[in-house]
Amino acid sequence: MHNHTLAELVNGLRNKTFTSVELTTHFLTRIEQLNPNYNAVITVTRDQALDAASKADQRIAAGDSPALCGVPILHKDIFCTHGVRTSCGSKMLDNFVPPYNATVVENFHRDGAVMLGKTNMDEFAMGSSNETSFYGPVNNPWALDSVPGGSSGGSAAAVAARLAPAATATDTGGSIRQPAALCGISGLKPTYGRVSRWGMIAFASSLDQAGPMARTAEDCAILLNSMASFDDKDSTSVDSVVPDYCASLNNPLKGKKIGIPREYFSEGLHAGTERAVQKALAEFEAQGAKLVEISLPSSALSVPAYYVIAPAEASANLSRFDGVKYGYRCDNPKDLQDMYCRTRSEGFGEEVQRRIMIGTYCLSAGYYDAYYGKAQQVRQLIQQDFVEAFKSVDLIMGPTCPSPAFKFGSKGDDPVAMYLEDIYTIATNLAGLPGMSIPCGMVDSKPVGLQIIGNYFDESLVLNAAHQFQQITDWHTQAPEGIE
Amino acid sequence: MNWETVIGLEVHVQLATKSKIFSGASTAFGAEPNSQACAIDLAMPGTLPVVNKQAIEYAILFGLAIDADICQESVFERKNYFYPDLPKGYQTTQLEKPIVGPGQVVIQADNGEEKIIQIHHAHLEEDAGKSLHEGDLPAGTSGVDLNRAGTPLIEIVSEPDMSNAAEAVAFAKKLHSIVTSIGICDGEMSQGSMRFDVNVSVKPAGSTELGTRTETKNLNSFKFMEDAIELEVERQIDLLEDGGTVTQETRLYNGDTKVAKAMRSKEEANDYRYFPCPDLLPVIVTDDTIDRLKKTMPELPDERVKRFISEYQLSDYDANILSADSAMAKFFEQVVEQSNNAKVSANWVMGDVSAALNNVGLSFNKSPVTASQLAGLVVRIDDNSISGKMAKQVFEAMWQGEGSADEVIQSRGLKQVSDSGALEKMVAEVLDANPAMVQDYLSSEEGKRKKKLGGFMGQIMKASKGQANPQQVTQILVSKLEELL
Repeated sequence: MHNHTLAELVNGLRNKTFTSVELTTHFLTRIEQLNPNYNAVITVTRDQALDAASKADQRIAAGDSPALCGVPILHKDIFCTHGVRTSCGSKMLDNFVPPYNATVVENFHRDGAVMLGKTNMDEFAMGSSNETSFYGPVNNPWALDSVPGGSSGGSAAAVAARLAPAATATDTGGSIRQPAALCGISGLKPTYGRVSRWGMIAFASSLDQAGPMARTAEDCAILLNSMASFDDKDSTSVDSVVPDYCASLNNPLKGKKIGIPREYFSEGLHAGTERAVQKALAEFEAQGAKLVEISLPSSALSVPAYYVIAPAEASANLSRFDGVKYGYRCDNPKDLQDMYCRTRSEGFGEEVQRRIMIGTYCLSAGYYDAYYGKAQQVRQLIQQDFVEAFKSVDLIMGPTCPSPAFKFGSKGDDPVAMYLEDIYTIATNLAGLPGMSIPCGMVDSKPVGLQIIGNYFDESLVLNAAHQFQQITDWHTQAPEGIE
Repeated sequence: MNWETVIGLEVHVQLATKSKIFSGASTAFGAEPNSQACAIDLAMPGTLPVVNKQAIEYAILFGLAIDADICQESVFERKNYFYPDLPKGYQTTQLEKPIVGPGQVVIQADNGEEKIIQIHHAHLEEDAGKSLHEGDLPAGTSGVDLNRAGTPLIEIVSEPDMSNAAEAVAFAKKLHSIVTSIGICDGEMSQGSMRFDVNVSVKPAGSTELGTRTETKNLNSFKFMEDAIELEVERQIDLLEDGGTVTQETRLYNGDTKVAKAMRSKEEANDYRYFPCPDLLPVIVTDDTIDRLKKTMPELPDERVKRFISEYQLSDYDANILSADSAMAKFFEQVVEQSNNAKVSANWVMGDVSAALNNVGLSFNKSPVTASQLAGLVVRIDDNSISGKMAKQVFEAMWQGEGSADEVIQSRGLKQVSDSGALEKMVAEVLDANPAMVQDYLSSEEGKRKKKLGGFMGQIMKASKGQANPQQVTQILVSKLEELL
């Protein structure tokens, strides 16, 4: 049952091939038996899931079933879930139980999906390896000694290990696409503003965007139909019509122009990864798409700009975790200053503290113009590169990340090496564009991801291209060893 | 040495919106602690601000009222600092691009001449909550009440255009008058609806170089502001004359003890690390919005003064006093509408009512004697039913809740006797009963007779239980005595 795609499960439920309770029980059992190998799921909501599943079955029986009725999914632990602990991977929120749902969670609830639990993640979504989680690292199902990527490593590993057919995730600098690539699944970061950020714990507000993770592009389309909405509770949510992302999946790609940025195939790219990506591009060419070499000249500046803007926003976003209102508070503070200092020193992990300090420094009097101001100018240039490029191409493709999954601890001492993991993904966040990663090959028995970048609000074409690729390749159907 | 004082004001005005600037929670004053703070106000993780359109329109309305430029695109920024009553760890405010640009306010200076106070800008921001250190709290702990957190404010920043405490007070009162007249603030000073930070410096007379300034924060009455400025000017002059220097610092003034003390110096000041708030889009104000708001602009205080002079034939002085406080102006107009006697109405509103309200710290909005009750009293004064002295008694009784003027007059038997037949009889009786006094009057020199009338008046008023119309009694008394001469 767990090898079915989400699309197949939707049909199976509707045709009453199986019930939601059977399906939900199946995945809960898998989580129980297999999750200890991966540590992908950190909260299991068994009773609520079974209750929701049984209600879904009643609705299906009554012929009143919304799009995802009875389909079990996992939520990244960054999305607030009413009555269910939402930790954001941090000791700071280990005891935090929100009295409200994130809009994303609410949308899935509206469409009948069943929440199985919450997935592990880098603390406050800061990390590319899932090693910064308070709840311990997540193991990559393809190689247990390697990282699953981050920050949505728990969601990616859970989908790869078939602990759930799909999971929600968020992407601030690559946190959907990089773990999707490293775990051999499909993951989409929509256009900034397409999916509401209400109830999604903020890392860097101008970059954060939620998106789906599943095994196929078609499943991502189904999930995005549910996730995407205008939300008057999020001022940056965009009030434009949400198309049916499934409607255009089967459009032919003949005549589409695909831009290949030369900057994405430079020094630092693993040779095996490059071969797999080139081979994938040839498949698109074979389907009648035209490959065009393009240049995104400001690409090299995206990592430094990002590591100013994201920490700057984070430094303010994380100020609310002060021990006063909710979350962790240090024991026996001797005064206010002591409470602030110890609460934040004890409650936040090292990487989070590093980024708060970087951000605080970048915004400080005398440094603002040189760092934050300059980074914003660079951001404009990066955005301009893409606007120019999309005047002549329909999509942009390249590798999702420089190399396949690396071993635990191999980049732990060098934050900059870790930050370079996101060298190909960060620019789309800075520009606000949609980007997707789909599996396109294997290197040393580890998956390789192809990144597909679309124009603003052109998720349909991104999903269309990914789906067409998956019609003629089978990388997305491959399972890690031991997952049958 | 002669010194000149330079004063600039930063005025926080709470906007009278029903809900907060970034959440739907109520802004009503005086609720149970934390009963009006929602998840957004508590800065719960994942919550996001959505700006209250009414707050934006109120800020624009203020800008139009002071003839300021309205910024087509203003930007909210985050001002970062840690404090328990600041739930997000930053205040959302405006810095580089405030919604209201330079404008001006005209005040009457000491010499009676008009003086223009330039406004540097006014920006929108959210109020903080309150830290509680007293009351029902476990020993050694402090509490936080977030009811006020997120209440919309405009901060109005003046140029340092005032040169003494009186001008600063005149400016503050004018702002109070403007914001209450256009209905964007309830003007309740005692509830913190308007709060002042004063920047004060002194310099040798004639010098073009400004002295070092201090900022005294969070003054919540005109009186406290006046006292605090005078105290600070004196302190700075004493300091300089003793050869010392003024330190740039933030000061706090305690209105009850009349003592000010330094809170923090410039060196200890926070680095607020302002940057544009990524959760909020720039506020775009279109010409259409401005045109629409211009059409809804209520009467401004200066226009009202002119109207009061022409419509009610009031003196400049009366018109200015009545217009300054919009609640007072509104009250006055309601009284006139029902009493049809502007002069008497004006005297009562500016005099007894104003004094009584001041005594108990109430505004005209909350007056125990309503405008229509006062109008009833004015009508009875106007038709000579009661004397001025009785009117004061009636007002007193109405203040105590004894009903309308007529009800009080009735129940207390205060009706003035103006029936000339009855009065003549009363006068005749008093004269008959006091032949010695009559003789004394008749034998006095003409110039001194008038003084002797008082004795008869006292007797007559006593006989009438205070109800005799005094003007009429005087007339009758004089004519009867003249007849005996």
